[in-house]
Formats: sequence, C-alpha cells, structure tokens
Amino acid sequence: MPRLLTGNRLETGDVLWWAGSDWSLHLNDAVAVDDDGEALLARLLPQERINDLALIDVDATENGWRPRSTRERVRAVGPSVRPDFALPSLPVDAI
Amino acid sequence: MAEPNLFRLRTDPAHGAPAVPLADYQAGGTVVRLEPGDDARLLIPHLASLRRIDIAFPKFREGRGFSSARILREAGFTHEIRAVDVLYVDQLMFLVRAGFDAVLPETPIDPAVAERTLKRFPFVYMKATDAAAPVWALRDRA
Amino acid sequence: MYRYDEYDQAIVDARVAEFRDQVERRLKNEISEEAFKPLRLMNGLYLQLHAYMLRVAIPYGTLDSRQMRMLAHIARRYDRGYGHFTTRQNIQYNWIKLAETPDLLADLASVEMHAFQTSGNCIRNISSDQFAAAAADEIADPRPYAELLRQWSTLHPEFSFLPRKFKIAVTGSTIDRAAIQLHDIGLQLVQNDAGEIGLKVLVGGGMGRTPMLAHVIRDWLPLANYLSYMEAILRVYNRHGRRDNIYKARIKILVNDLGAAEFARQVEEEWAQVKPLGLDPPPSELARIAAHFAPPVLDANAPVEIDLSNPDFANWVAVNTHPHKAPGHAIVTISLKAPGEIPGDASADQMDIIADLAQRYAGDEIRVTHAQNLVLPHVRRADLFDLWQVLKAAGLATANLDRASDIISCPGLDYCTLANARSIPIAQRLAVKLAPQEADLGELKIKVSGCINGCGHHHAGHIGILGVDRKGEENYQLLLGGSGAEDATLAKILGPGFDENGIVTAVEKVIDRYKTLRAGPAERFLDTYRRVGAEPFKEAVYG
Repeated sequence: MPRLLTGNRLETGDVLWWAGSDWSLHLNDAVAVDDDGEALLARLLPQERINDLALIDVDATENGWRPRSTRERVRAVGPSVRPDFALPSLPVDAI
Repeated sequence: MAEPNLFRLRTDPAHGAPAVPLADYQAGGTVVRLEPGDDARLLIPHLASLRRIDIAFPKFREGRGFSSARILREAGFTHEIRAVDVLYVDQLMFLVRAGFDAVLPETPIDPAVAERTLKRFPFVYMKATDAAAPVWALRDRA
Repeated sequence: MYRYDEYDQAIVDARVAEFRDQVERRLKNEISEEAFKPLRLMNGLYLQLHAYMLRVAIPYGTLDSRQMRMLAHIARRYDRGYGHFTTRQNIQYNWIKLAETPDLLADLASVEMHAFQTSGNCIRNISSDQFAAAAADEIADPRPYAELLRQWSTLHPEFSFLPRKFKIAVTGSTIDRAAIQLHDIGLQLVQNDAGEIGLKVLVGGGMGRTPMLAHVIRDWLPLANYLSYMEAILRVYNRHGRRDNIYKARIKILVNDLGAAEFARQVEEEWAQVKPLGLDPPPSELARIAAHFAPPVLDANAPVEIDLSNPDFANWVAVNTHPHKAPGHAIVTISLKAPGEIPGDASADQMDIIADLAQRYAGDEIRVTHAQNLVLPHVRRADLFDLWQVLKAAGLATANLDRASDIISCPGLDYCTLANARSIPIAQRLAVKLAPQEADLGELKIKVSGCINGCGHHHAGHIGILGVDRKGEENYQLLLGGSGAEDATLAKILGPGFDENGIVTAVEKVIDRYKTLRAGPAERFLDTYRRVGAEPFKEAVYG
C-alpha cells in the first residue's frame, strides 16, 4: 500500500505533501515514499521546519491519491462543512 | 553537567559541593537535591545548615519544582536554590519569581535572551517570593 | 465592564513583545519545537488539521462593541472572514499563520484583549454567567470576582506548569448558567444571615474520559481571603496531581482518589501556611474592580407593554428573550445556531452588526454563552422589534434558545487534530430535522463532541453524542440524561454506537418515544428520562 509523507508548514500551518524534492500544497503532487519513508522522516525531523511529520496510508485511484483515513482526507481537502474552502485534491463528498 | 551552563543571579560565591539526594541527606549537610516528588517541607528543620538546594526538572513541563522552591523561600531559606536539568530560558521569569536564583540547564541559556526575558515585564499581578510588588499593591499606594 | 489601567495594559503589551521575540527565535530555529510548543500554547495557539488555530480570551464572556469590531477585523485580516464562539466563552480562529500571530496579538492588545492561557497546562479563562448583572435571580454580579482571579492567575510563576489544564467558573446565582459542578473549581456567591457575601467552593468536576461532578469543599469562604485559598488548592494540585498519564491528570482524579474530605483537609492545611503571607489584596482592590461593573444606567420609564402582533417577532421574544431585573427591559440571546449553519460560527459581517446593535440597544455590552450563542444583556423591550429586524436580516434571529436545534457542537474532525469523528455535520443534520417540531418538544439540550475530550460537553447534554473511531470509521455513541445546570447529572451511554445516518435516526427514535411517554407537553425530555429511566428509550432505539 502506498504511503505519502505529510506535515504542516511551521510558518503558516499549511498542510504539505512531499512531492519528491520539495513540499507541495496539493495532494496530487505527492509521491509515494514507501521504503524511503522512515529515512526521509528521520532526515527532516531535526530540521524542525515542518510540524507533525507523518507517513500516511493512501490508495491510488484514477483521480489521484485517496488517503485511507477520514482525518487525512479532511486534511487533504479542508473542512467537509466548508466546501467553499475545498482544495482541488478530492471532491468534498469523498471525505 | 558542565559548569559553563550555570546561569546564576546571585553575587556571592557559589557553594560548589555536590548535591546529595534527599534520601541520603544527613543532618548538617550543606547541599541537597530534591526530585519533583520530594516533599520540600522535610528540609525545613535543616535550612540553617543548607547552603544550596538543587531542584530537579527531569522532564520539560515538570511543574512541581516551582512549588518546592516557593515553599522553601516561604520557610525562610535565603541561600541558593538552583533549578537543574531540563529548563529553557523562556521559563526564567517563572523560575525567578518562584524563588530560584540559579539555573543549571542541559541546554545553555543565551545570556542576551535571558536579560531580555528578565526585564520583559514591568509589572506582575500576584505576590510571589521575589521582591516585586504586585499590581494591586501599587494601586493601593496610589 | 472592566477597563485596563496602565498596569494591565503594560502587562499585555509586554506579553505581545515577548511572544513576538519567541516567534522570531523559533522561525530562526533558535528555540527547539519542544521548548516552543508550550510557549505558543500559553498564548492560545494550537496547530490543528489545516492551519494554526488561535483561541482569543473573552474573560468571563464579556466584551463591548469596540472589541467585537476588532474580532471582526481579526477574522478579515488574519483569517477567512469568520470566527467560532466556544463552550468556554472564548472565540477561535481556524486559519491563522504563526508568523502573523504577533501582529494579531498586538491588534488585540490595542483593545484590551489577549490570548493568554487559553491553552496549555495552566489556569484557563475564568467563565461565568452570561446573564450576570441582568438576571433577577442573582445575589451579586460574579464578574468582579472572576476578574480578580483572571489577574491573579495570569503568568502565575508557581502554576504555569500544572499537571493539566485548569478551568474555573464563577456564578452569582443558584440558577447555574455557568455549569460550576463541571469545572475544576466552581465558585458560587452565597449570602449569610448577616447579608454578607462569601463564596461556596466546589472542586473536582469535569467531563472528558472520566466525567465527575464537583464536591463542595467549603460552604463559606470569606472574600477577604479567597485568593490565598485558591493558591492553596492549586498548590495541593500542582504537588500531588498525577503526571504519569494525561487522562488521569486533572484535579478531579486527585479529589476522587483522596476523597473530598481529605482533599479539603489538605487544602486547609496548606491555606494555614499561605494565608499569613500577604497574598490577598486589600478589600480596596476588589472594590476598585467592582466599580467597573457598576450596573448600567437604564431607562427608568421604559414601557413594559410592546406590540406583539407580528407572530414571528412574538415567537422570538417568547423564546429568545429572558426577563431583566429592571422593568421594561429584556435579556436577548442571539442564536448562532440557524439550522444547517455551523454552530457557534459568526461571520465578520455578523460580528460588526452585533457590535452596532450592542452599542445602540444594549448598553454597549455583549456576552458569549458556553452554549456558543451571544447575549445582549440590557435591551429595552421597546427596542426589541427594531433589534429583531436587524438580526433577521443578518440571519441571527433564529428563535431556538435551549431548544432541539440549539445544538452545541465542538469543531470535531473537520478542524481538530484531537478529534475521532466529525461533529458539525451531525449537529447540522439534527438541527434541520428537529427544528420543525422543536416548539412542541420544549427545552431539549443536545450536545455533540468529536472525541472523548468532550469540548462539546456531551456528558452535560440531555441528549449527548460522542464521536469515536471504530476500526477506522466514524462512529457515534448516544448518551442520555445529562445536565450542566444546578441539577447537574452526567449523561449515560444508551448502548452500541451508530454510523452517521444511524445516530440521526436513533435521536429521532428517542424523541418519538419521549413524546409518547411525557406526562404532559410541559414535561421536559430530561424530566421524562429521569422519571422513566433508560429502558424505554433503549427499547425504542435498539428494539
């Protein structure tokens, strides 16, 4: 099962997805980290620029990544009760 | 702990003897170390002999040491009370007001930040062990 | 209401400068995240799912129009145009950037506001009765005592690293609108035979993982020494509260483990040590503070009779206004619970409108209730119609106070990192479903929490709903029979949990059964439940 690396930017709190060489605000830029995940996390953690670093489980769908947990889908899209704030990663009703 | 990390607000010479844990303390000893769960009031009969009391903060956010220090000052202890182990410069105001006059932290304290921190608040709301008059006393005088 | 003097202002300004310094150092990696996190929590800044959330303190739920306009400005300038009023009478903003927070706090300080100690293991906002100084059932206004406690607890050197958060509530009435039995310390103003005012002290109430009602540890505490008595309670807690397990770290666990009598004895013993130390301010300080809370000058000739021929207006007056102790006046509750809207949320535009109304019609004072609504405390009955029309145009005139659609909901998994399930959609669905019959149902307090921390106060709900994670799916437990008022009880779980559709259906079944069982249309759901017990409801829901 693919895994993505995610966190929140220190300065702004924005949800970020690891896109291979840098961070992106958009879920669908994320790259699967798999075996490298722990090493990547261990490298980034001491830099203390990204908060709440975590490896999360996702499924690959034809429309892009779908996080397995409700919590991560909410992080990817935005609050389900404010569709006007929804990020373009998943439809709000996918939460 | 490397002594270079010692941040001290007293001007008298530091009493350098090693601290004895409370469980091993003998009457007449000059330095003792209190863990967070130790009862500071057990030292009250010994305050005349003691020259320094170290109070341990083994984990960050361990708050019992603040009560221990304040209790010792309330009981009349005037020698050095030293906070040791996991402490950060931003706690300095709380430490000083609770009765500490020295800190020996694992992470060194930046003296410039320490100075800013100690001078930051011109007034305090409540009476503690330091000499600062609480705001209600200043209002009362006016 | 309280106005800062030069000392109060200097302290809040210094705090802003201190936090600005700390943020700069953090952004330059000069402080570790481990050292920084408690500092930002002590300034009310959480990292939530989408962004930082800032909880701004509204001391004992009281603010004026100038402050409300600033809250609207904060929403526009630093957030996404809205804020959320909370179950502790504060306001939360959900889209804050750490780097902008110092400027935000400076803006707040310019109108005597702050975010001190709205998070962290310290003494939090002192909450109180939203009808203070207006309801006739009050012995005295509790807010001067709350203000003195606010000052005493601000940056307290001994009590800033407690085992856990600490919440105090103060009420001046036997009608408990402040839920004092569900706080770490609850204080009730009482009067002795000589007419003197003192405090009844309760300790050890709370909800969350182990809900408990508080115990009375002192029937009478003289006002002259109540601060030193609070010091004694906090010191016993700081020294002996558990620090090994965050779910066992509140003072309620300590009181329960020791027993109330032994806990009270330890407090008395400590008080004997600290009372002589000069910690208590002289009576002049309380008198100085109380002078800020002098009753407003109200129109002595305000007419009592008003034109109620508009049925919507008449309904709103009947449901959302409460008699004021001054003739010809009323206490108005502005519902932030329009069915289908997010409970407790207000847009910046709505905040500005409410500020204007407060200034024009309510003696320039606004209250936040712990049910996530707002109150205009001193309104002439003769002005109610004009006021109502403005509220109606702004979507703020829902007549549902304490009714089925007046649901308390925490932010839940839509916003909060601690949550297990979403709570707002449940509240929205229930409010829309129940609103058409809520007039018939009468008083019915439904409360929804998205996790066991219980910020939605589900244990105090007549009907409580707790969101949990069941094998990776959102699941909801149904609890019945709680109350946060003077008849406080803790709601009990009815049976196995439900999915989102299931919990809505379960609540409907409970309500349908209530209607068949009630002694008459005037018997509240809570009273029916207390009379007949859980069995009939269990049977209705689970068959």
